[in-house]
Amino acid sequence: MRFELLLALRFLREGRTQSALIVGGVMVGVAVVVFISALVIGLQANTITRTLGAQAHIVSKPIEPVARVQVIESAGTSNIATLQVAPRKVRSIDNWQKIIAAYEDVPGVVAVSPMASGAAIALRGEGRNAVTVFGIDLPRYDRIVDLSNKLVTGKLRLEAGEVLVGTELARDLGAIVGDRITISTGSAGANDGDRFQIVGTLDLGNRDLSRRVVYLPLHVAQSLLGLPGGVTSIDLRVRDVFDAENVARDVSRVTPLKVESWMSSNSQLLSALNAQSASTATIRLFVSIVVMLGIASVLVVAVVQKTREIGILRAMGASRGQMMRVFLLQGLLVGLVGSMLGALLSMLMAFLFSTLVRGDDGNALFPIDVTWPLLLVACITASICGVFAAIAPARRAARLDPALAMRA
Amino acid sequence: MTVPSGNVLRLAGIRKSYNIGKPVEAEILHGIDLTLANGEFTALVGPSGSGKSTLLNIIGLLEAPTAGTVEIAGHPVSYRDDDNLTRLRAASLGFVFQFHHLLPAFSALENVLMPQLVNGQGSTAETRAHALALLASVGLAGAENKKPSELSGGMQQRVAIARALTMKPALVLADEPTGNLDTKTAADIFVMLRKFNQDFATSFLIVTHDVHLAATCDRQVTLADGQIVADRRRA
Repeated sequence: MRFELLLALRFLREGRTQSALIVGGVMVGVAVVVFISALVIGLQANTITRTLGAQAHIVSKPIEPVARVQVIESAGTSNIATLQVAPRKVRSIDNWQKIIAAYEDVPGVVAVSPMASGAAIALRGEGRNAVTVFGIDLPRYDRIVDLSNKLVTGKLRLEAGEVLVGTELARDLGAIVGDRITISTGSAGANDGDRFQIVGTLDLGNRDLSRRVVYLPLHVAQSLLGLPGGVTSIDLRVRDVFDAENVARDVSRVTPLKVESWMSSNSQLLSALNAQSASTATIRLFVSIVVMLGIASVLVVAVVQKTREIGILRAMGASRGQMMRVFLLQGLLVGLVGSMLGALLSMLMAFLFSTLVRGDDGNALFPIDVTWPLLLVACITASICGVFAAIAPARRAARLDPALAMRA
Repeated sequence: MTVPSGNVLRLAGIRKSYNIGKPVEAEILHGIDLTLANGEFTALVGPSGSGKSTLLNIIGLLEAPTAGTVEIAGHPVSYRDDDNLTRLRAASLGFVFQFHHLLPAFSALENVLMPQLVNGQGSTAETRAHALALLASVGLAGAENKKPSELSGGMQQRVAIARALTMKPALVLADEPTGNLDTKTAADIFVMLRKFNQDFATSFLIVTHDVHLAATCDRQVTLADGQIVADRRRA
């Protein structure tokens, strides 16, 4: 292999203008692929963070009863009746403590948290807002939705008599941390109409959501909603956000509850993300094809230019395999060097994008991380593409008749 | 390489035809029988178009004959097995061409080392010393780092001769090695080839148009119209 490598390097050096052009082509191709990939990954991560920032990856709820049709036989006649579901404000999950333990054992699940939620009215002085109260176990729920990062004012804690509210709700009610608000659910629960002290305000990334969110301690919400000891849903967080649907399927096998992942509840978003990924993959494919055609065309020309040398080497005892490897190595070297330079260029492009393209607030629109795995995959792919592109020219070189080649 | 028999080359009934358009075939060689003894210094002469280069390509395992058998250094040749041809070519044959055919990207030393690199022997202290000694023996000591473009035609041909002898072949095939040189340089090159023939007992088959140089060879084989018409040994 030493002879082949020496010859490949020397041939590339001899045709340095051609080599520089094709290495430049590979460099630009790899830089574009890496930059676009990093851009889309950053954009998608940002979209998902914003979308899933205030919601669980998977939510488990009681199955909603549906109206049933029943045929009633009476005195030789048949009557069809529709059995409507009895109206009920909130439905509770039985034995939720055991279910949580079972969910925690499902592979891919990283956090599980119970929740008791329901509609309520928040009042302060003349202000009154329709809200949803969320009874949570704060340490558990903080692992589902990162509330710590959403805290705007006050402290992240929840004890009896305390609430965390959305920033917009606090503004609507004219309240600040330390003020008290009244929560009424109309359920005649034990704490209904009680006053709670605001200990913190949260920006949930969505103005409407921030206008109607009130977090309470779980046991207080249970009492407020008339659900003593019960919960209305169980929230889960998964390790891989794009594997949520599969994990949800596994979770649904554990209990006969309704289990829904963010992927099915945000199917339009998922379609948009998939379309984005498909577009990126298409761009990557076409750039790779263009780069491969570039390498192949330059190497075909190189084989024509080196025909006589190939003939001489064959006369000296070089085998067809050796001549083939000389040109395959050239493809590999062009791919490798070009992709390494392309990796550096992509890092520069990402830096310039982050520096020059800013949002209204003056901050970067979203982080673009040109990660090592991405660079590694790009370099390996480009090198493999280089070898594949060199196959046709290398076969041509190997098949040259030495006697004819020397007459070239 | 050791030669098992006394002959370095044996050709029997060699014919070569080319398709020059269906169904017409042109036969260039019409049944050549030729044997070269080990260490023989032979000139192959004849007019242009007589088939000298074709015969040399067949002996050099670069072209297959249409019919006939070839034996190089006691080894029967099968032209169907390219790997075997490559091995035999590397082990038994050296080539010197009219236009030297050096690799322009490599120095004189690297060109001489090239057959060893091709055959996986690498560039060791021993192989380098051997190559430098060969360059010195062709009068090119000190020119080892020069590229072919920096050397005169005669010097380039000397490098090509040193390269042909690198693998210590049993037979060197030279196709008009002096055809592109002035008379004095041509005579010098011939003297050099003769010296290697005598020092290393290497057989030479030299295609030449120069009747004076051919006359200095041990044997002179004349080819005309694809047939051997004369085979004279020097008295």
